[in-house]
Amino acid sequence: MTDTIIAITLLWIFVVIYSVAASFDFGAGFWSMIYLNREKTKATSIANRYLSPSWEVVNVFIVLIVVALVTFFPGATYTLGSVLLIPGSLVLLLMLIRSAFMVFSHLIHKYDKTLSIVSGITGILVPALLISVLPVTQGGFIQATDGIEHLDWSLFFTSPHVYAYIGLAVSSTLLLSSLLLADYSYVAGAHQAYSVYRRDATLLGPITLLMAVLTVVTMQIEATWLYDRILAYMPWLIASVLFFFVGYIAVLLPPERRLIFHMPRLAVVAVTIQYLLASYAYGAARLPYIVYPHVTIESSFTHPDTFHALFICYLVGFAILVPGFIYFWRLFMKDEQYVRQK
Amino acid sequence: MEDIVMTRAAFGTTMAFHIIFATLGVGLPLMILLVELLFWRTKDRDYETMAKRWTKAQAILLGVAIPSGTISGVQLSLLWPGFMEVVGKVISLPFQIEIFAFFLEALFMSIYVYAAHRLSPAMRLLSVFMVLVGATASAILITNVHAFEGTPAGFRISNGEIVDVDPWAAFFNPSFFVTAGHVTVSAYMTGAFAIAGVAAWKLLRSEKGGRVYRYHQKALLLGLIVGGSFSLLTALNGHESAQLLHEYQPEKLAAAEGLFETQAYAPLAIGGFTDRETKEVKYAIEIPWALSFLAANRFDEVVVGLNDYPEELWPPLYIHTLFNGMVGIGSLLIVVGFLGFAWKKLLRRSEFPRWVLWIFVASGPLALLGIEFGWIFACTGRQPWVIYRVMKTVDAATAAAGVSTFFWIFLAVYLFLAIVTLLVFRSYFGRHPLELDPHDQPRERTAE
Repeated sequence: MTDTIIAITLLWIFVVIYSVAASFDFGAGFWSMIYLNREKTKATSIANRYLSPSWEVVNVFIVLIVVALVTFFPGATYTLGSVLLIPGSLVLLLMLIRSAFMVFSHLIHKYDKTLSIVSGITGILVPALLISVLPVTQGGFIQATDGIEHLDWSLFFTSPHVYAYIGLAVSSTLLLSSLLLADYSYVAGAHQAYSVYRRDATLLGPITLLMAVLTVVTMQIEATWLYDRILAYMPWLIASVLFFFVGYIAVLLPPERRLIFHMPRLAVVAVTIQYLLASYAYGAARLPYIVYPHVTIESSFTHPDTFHALFICYLVGFAILVPGFIYFWRLFMKDEQYVRQK
Repeated sequence: MEDIVMTRAAFGTTMAFHIIFATLGVGLPLMILLVELLFWRTKDRDYETMAKRWTKAQAILLGVAIPSGTISGVQLSLLWPGFMEVVGKVISLPFQIEIFAFFLEALFMSIYVYAAHRLSPAMRLLSVFMVLVGATASAILITNVHAFEGTPAGFRISNGEIVDVDPWAAFFNPSFFVTAGHVTVSAYMTGAFAIAGVAAWKLLRSEKGGRVYRYHQKALLLGLIVGGSFSLLTALNGHESAQLLHEYQPEKLAAAEGLFETQAYAPLAIGGFTDRETKEVKYAIEIPWALSFLAANRFDEVVVGLNDYPEELWPPLYIHTLFNGMVGIGSLLIVVGFLGFAWKKLLRRSEFPRWVLWIFVASGPLALLGIEFGWIFACTGRQPWVIYRVMKTVDAATAAAGVSTFFWIFLAVYLFLAIVTLLVFRSYFGRHPLELDPHDQPRERTAE
């Protein structure tokens, strides 16, 4: 493995971890808004209980991604910074408002409803904006006038491919989070919340699959180079679809049944694996392009000495942080008392 | 030209907003750790109450500090892609390590805030300590990049290509330790005076001699002693910072002091305004020989003046005022800290007169103002360079259009958040007034 491949692999791992973790997070925000007025099902309080401690940690990941991108591939910053100024700034604004209300509502409970609405709306808008990075960097939307690169908005807004991606991002966010919340409420013993989230998941499953198909179909027209390459990873895509069905069937089965885990947990795990497989196929097919066709991982790579120093820091840093993460996990995700809140 | 002003304004606004929360976010954990330790030593439950209440304040501030810090990080790449390219190749280590510090802080802050009632006393102490370590390390590492901008090291530019990269040499650039020290001790100072300011305000409004009065007196004294000590350290370190400027960025020191002629026995100008036309500082008090002494601890030191540089490379001349503001506030705060200490411990008076309390009230906002002055001085004083004598700010900025729109939107959002933050403070502490339990009541930590 060359240095560039190690670097892009590390970066992609961060991106995938963030996408899954942020989907749980943003989706939970959306559900807590939707079920705001149905207090007896506890669906909102379950969503908020998951949300409160996790957002800060998830939030840090976005900085991790930006820093990893800039430090590993500084040659890509110029293009990405210029092209993504507007969507990037919008994401930042939305996240600023969302995060602030997260903390405020923990302290002052009269902000609970405002929080649910703020985090519900941003929970949909942020993934929709973030995903647009993918079609933009696949090429076709970036124009250069006088050597200055910018995004062609009219092309962007009239592209079916962009809308397919947005649909995929939103439905995936909702699917992943409803599965997770179904599991979370099952463990918490909140049966009504469980059946609410299970119903949402069964509705969203087929929609997500449809969006994924639409994305690939529109890709064939708008980013043919990528479509041709992604076909080479067909076995990964098929495996991904298989895991989707495993997860979907697990949701439909009675929750007490066990196959390694109880069924709701199995569904979360299977669907997460589905996304990992699909992300691998997509990421591998895109190589070596960061921004097609000008910026590749080689052309934008940092100085090799800097990379080696960075890599050692990552190893040391994660060695120090992992115990902290485990402690955090045990406090909030595994602690029965906290989950059940008795 | 218009664009570069807007880009700087956009980033400057983010930073000006963020550093208020970031500085307090570094300073408050120290105060919380200190009262947790005091509680552990003295078993005085007032200190436990302080820890609890200050943590709530810290949580509110962090709610803004973390996202606005995220924005600063991402905006760097969006607004200064040219700069970030050099950063990525040469000085990426501090950014990357800073992420881990940030993780550490976020993780333990979540634990300390959301799980406080489930932690053992030792874990509570450890959690606050980790928050303090994470916050301080974040500040130091970000300052590292700032120090690199002033005294770049560890690379060369040859034919437009970055060569001879040594990331650790860039990391340990000449001004790193002094600058990082300055930021850290001044943040501790600011956190302490913020506490002292609030305590003094509360003393003005509570009945003399009562339990509540004694509680706030303890907080005030702690804030003044810690704040005074750190402001002294800030000043000592500031002296070193000035000498560093003399050695590495002479035109910045010259502009800070409004010195045009290169000379030995250079005078120190206090106050006044630098006049570009007549090349002098108007309405200033001049202390003969003092600037030479400040620059190198000797009166015959030759201090370089602005005339030795072409005018387009001069930093903006108004930094003289910012410099005076920073130094003036810093010096004043040393006096304020000492005044509080002397009144209580040397004169052994039990109460402060009202006018003294008003001075203490002002110390918190003044400390923050000093931080803002110092930061703007440090960054505008480096202009027109973003990396001193390597890269101009203009060449680092984004070419994208639409920056000015975002400047206004961000400005509006920051104002909105500042107001909401104040409302949250009022509302939370309004609904949770200070309630001191009688001493004999059994110890119990309420879960929220």
